[in-house]
Amino acid sequence: MEKSFLQKYGIVLVLLLICAVLSFLSPVFLTAPNLINVIRQISINGILAIGMTLIIITGGIDLSVGSQVALTGAVVAGLLSSGTSIALAIIVGLAAGALIGFINGTIITKGGVPPFIVTLGMLTAARGITLIYTGGRPIYNLGSTFRFFGAGYVGGIPVPVIILGIILIISHFVAKHTVFGREVYAVGGNPEAAVYSGVNKNKRLVQVYTFMGFLSAITGIVLTSRLGSADPTAGTGFELDAIAAVVIGGTSMFGGEGAVTGTMIGALIIGVINNGLNLLNVSSYYQQVIKGVIVVGAVLMDGYARNKQKKPAKVS
Amino acid sequence: MGNDCLLAIAGISKRFSGVKALDNVSFEVEKGEVRALIGENGAGKSTLIKILSGIHTADSGTIFFDNTKVDLKTPRDAQDLGIATVHQELNLVPSLTVSENVYMGRLPHKSGVIDYKQLHAETERVFQKLGVKIEPTAVVRTLGVAKRQFVEIAKALSQGAKLVIMDEPTSSLSAGEAENLFSVIKTLQSSGITFIYISHKLEELFKIADSVTVLRDGEFVATRDITDCTMDNLVELMVGREITTLFPKVKVELGEPVLHVDNLNRVGEFENISFTLNQGEILGVSGLVGAGRTELARCLYGISKPDSGHIYVNGQECIIHKPLDAVNQGICLVPEDRKLQGLVLKMSVQHNVSLATLSRLKKLLGLIDSKKETDAVNGAVSKLQIKTPSIKQLVGNLSGGNQQKVVLAKEVLANPKVLILDEPTRGVDVGAKAEIHRLIGAFVQKGGAVLMISSELPEILGMSDRILVMSKGRIVQEFGADEATQEKILSCAL
Repeated sequence: MEKSFLQKYGIVLVLLLICAVLSFLSPVFLTAPNLINVIRQISINGILAIGMTLIIITGGIDLSVGSQVALTGAVVAGLLSSGTSIALAIIVGLAAGALIGFINGTIITKGGVPPFIVTLGMLTAARGITLIYTGGRPIYNLGSTFRFFGAGYVGGIPVPVIILGIILIISHFVAKHTVFGREVYAVGGNPEAAVYSGVNKNKRLVQVYTFMGFLSAITGIVLTSRLGSADPTAGTGFELDAIAAVVIGGTSMFGGEGAVTGTMIGALIIGVINNGLNLLNVSSYYQQVIKGVIVVGAVLMDGYARNKQKKPAKVS
Repeated sequence: MGNDCLLAIAGISKRFSGVKALDNVSFEVEKGEVRALIGENGAGKSTLIKILSGIHTADSGTIFFDNTKVDLKTPRDAQDLGIATVHQELNLVPSLTVSENVYMGRLPHKSGVIDYKQLHAETERVFQKLGVKIEPTAVVRTLGVAKRQFVEIAKALSQGAKLVIMDEPTSSLSAGEAENLFSVIKTLQSSGITFIYISHKLEELFKIADSVTVLRDGEFVATRDITDCTMDNLVELMVGREITTLFPKVKVELGEPVLHVDNLNRVGEFENISFTLNQGEILGVSGLVGAGRTELARCLYGISKPDSGHIYVNGQECIIHKPLDAVNQGICLVPEDRKLQGLVLKMSVQHNVSLATLSRLKKLLGLIDSKKETDAVNGAVSKLQIKTPSIKQLVGNLSGGNQQKVVLAKEVLANPKVLILDEPTRGVDVGAKAEIHRLIGAFVQKGGAVLMISSELPEILGMSDRILVMSKGRIVQEFGADEATQEKILSCAL
């Protein structure tokens, strides 16, 4: 039995339904500028959620992405404000992100510490380093050219959206069509069987966390560029939005199942709801409640769909 | 329906999303008998048990228990009636003690505080009835499978079970442990408890069962007294055709030595292991559970490292520290437990079969050559006659025999020189078993070498060119195929 229609496309239907309702309630919702705005708003969360998808597919979690974003953003901003070229600053920033991820992955695999604990530690530590590095103050004066990555447009499309699109396509391809991707699913689905099949489990895990760090750095650059400054408290709580998108998108927290495309729908659902509630002037307090309900509701629905299809599977 | 009838099943049918699992099945079980229930994988045994234990509900038909029509909607309903099921995957809490497990949900207490004195005493009494010695205060995690099974039986008894359903209880027991289980069943039988006993090991039915009911493709085939049956009868009833060669051993000319193991040691697991395996040879490894056979296989495959000793492949010494090293040397392993170590159940047949061969199926940039992959997988699936609607099917949805073939396909696709098989046909029905044996034969015919660990003596005797017997971590005896008998092997293994 392959995936049922409901399981495969249910989440898309939910997205369309929300869009339909919002277009009734607000005349502004279904206009091109607003929709582009929605996608630009989700690009930050979307990039992080793609990396988080791979991590959750391995059965892990990365709670430190928000701090990674802040730290890499601060590193890039620090270099720029001291006169370093944009290219070099970005390269160093990306390397810093990858390094944090590499450290996470290495402690998880070599030290045998659960990802939840390791990345919880990293969440605090990386935030602390950011505060030390910046002295607790935002870094300004990044130059106008640098604003391109967060606030620029190419052919009418915001640059962050283009970056998200490229990462999405590459990640989807890597997950579905490469040895790396296949082995990541195997490691999450049954680590023991993966090892027995000759898969280098630890290497794959380190690679996945390193990739997450790399994507956090891209996010850090986009965010810093968009705001025109690096705030040491930036990115707080980003990990939760990323996890929410992954979970709404149908990736199993138990690992072995999921797709970055689903995550993108999850990110869109969160984005559309945020946007819609803003358009309808719902207070941000209520927005938080509604978002929470939707995360749990989506997973409930997903579990229901899975159970419905799992039961008849065993015929023997 | 006579007075001595405990369970009567009348016209039970069950479909799963259109697929027929049980079709108008009717039979009766008498009080105090041990009734074997057999059939190939997919015959409907598991579905029937799940209906009897309240996990599934039948679409139509009625069940009479103790001459009363009963409605089994939940596992609790079955339990309350006195129907207990000991599932293959035992349902115990490993971190709790034996007595806590036995009385879980009914712990004796004084205003909420557990009365351990009473608890242990009552547990002790139950085990006395069983005639086995297990410490009530032992933590379940520290017990072996055999003892855990007794804990499950004790739990059933303490709940006042009249009918105990056992689903393949001996599949992971050694011969000696199985004998213990049989004597417990006999003891309980003499005190009036009825058993439904499911097993793929037909030999043991002659020791334990009074009668046997055969299912095939969801339909009732026959109920016979065991004394009226022979192995061949039963096999014929199960598959609906005659299987003449259960162990189709092919004669193969032995070639050069491929694997030579010299004085391999791993503290606490095995010691002084030396043997040579030749091209075209099937070397059987027999012994009790815990004799160090699986540990040896794991070490040869690089899951664990030896403390001392040497491994030579084609005369070259090689260092095997991880499975990838073994695979690169041409050694592959079909592990003991397909669900735990063999398969990623959430992935498709295709992705499982190709998992060990991905490095050979890749193009530039680590991309998988999908045409090459599909071709290779389709080839393996048809060669091994894996019954699946498509290679995109999730492996978790296949029957046990087909799952085992998927594991085998994965390893054979890697084209190894040496194939280590750890219990290659555990929990697999006779039809699939014969096919797996045929595949092993075909593999050695093409010059492969097989090291086959098996707890089933007929399999060891039927398939092997030579047999090593292990006991307490050592090779205690080597037999040629002609000189070995069940008795000789058992006496060395004990």
